Amino acid sequence: MPAVCLNGEERTLPDGATVLDAVHASGAEGEARGVAVAVDGEVLPRAEWTRTALGEGCHLEVLHAVQGGC
Amino acid sequence: MDRLTIGDRTFGSRLIIGTGGFRNLETVRKAVKASGAEMATVAMRRVDPSARGSLLDVLTEVGCFVLPNTAGCFTARDAVTTARLAREALETDWVKLEVIGDDRTLLPDASELLEAAETLVGEGFTVLPYTNDDPVLAQRLEDAGCAAVMPLGSPIGSGMGILNTYNLRLIVEQSHVPVILDAGIGTVSDAALAMESGADGVLLASAISRAEDPAAMANAMRKAVEAGYEARRAGRIPRRLYAEASSPEEGVAELQSP
Repeated sequence: MPAVCLNGEERTLPDGATVLDAVHASGAEGEARGVAVAVDGEVLPRAEWTRTALGEGCHLEVLHAVQGGC
Repeated sequence: MDRLTIGDRTFGSRLIIGTGGFRNLETVRKAVKASGAEMATVAMRRVDPSARGSLLDVLTEVGCFVLPNTAGCFTARDAVTTARLAREALETDWVKLEVIGDDRTLLPDASELLEAAETLVGEGFTVLPYTNDDPVLAQRLEDAGCAAVMPLGSPIGSGMGILNTYNLRLIVEQSHVPVILDAGIGTVSDAALAMESGADGVLLASAISRAEDPAAMANAMRKAVEAGYEARRAGRIPRRLYAEASSPEEGVAELQSP
């Protein structure tokens, strides 16, 4: 089972888990509209979430839009 | 009021709202509606499972174009990655570029800002940089291909208004892209002054979001921006050192008996 760093927390996901599973584990709902993912500091396009397996120790940031600005 | 054109979009309002600092989404909705703004900024942050409601839904409902920012970034690299994440999340290549150089004043880091702007323009982004009120840096950002320049009036959230109207006027005079006064607005007279000074628009948040009655202040800001814009075009009178009588000087009665 891959242990990853998900939004700053150590998490263990099931074997075969993909980036999409990590997105759901982060708390993003449904189709995660308005969500973007960086894996080890690089943006991973949405189309690749389901076909990208989580590597041991990888660092995921799952972001969405919040109130902000000035 | 003429429409404001930035890049390939036009807007009926010259007031842009930052959504930071509002107590909740309902307050955002009411204030943005009262402001008449057609563009609002959002920040990109980690997904919070406890968050309720969708900011994007609220902004869509009130008809606002969503402008993601890179708030919180201190390096060109982080700002560029954040802009790419926002493009992926929000399906927009527009970005309000912020690269902060000091966490107490939140003043921009000029060299990192310029580097990030050049990279993002090269990747096809429509870049709206939050910049110091420095005419030379503003020119460099325009030369780099930014779609607008957004000089600060004073530090973010300070409410100190426009500390250097001279620099603002220089930026307005030299720029061939829209100039948006961004940050520092405290009250309506600051927003009106920005527009009277020739700014094409005003971006603010705290002045509304932290006001006692955000929706009422939003409505007031809408009027201030419109009034400042119209006054600029109407042509103000020159400042004089002494009075100039506005009543006829001839035909004044002699009311003292000789």
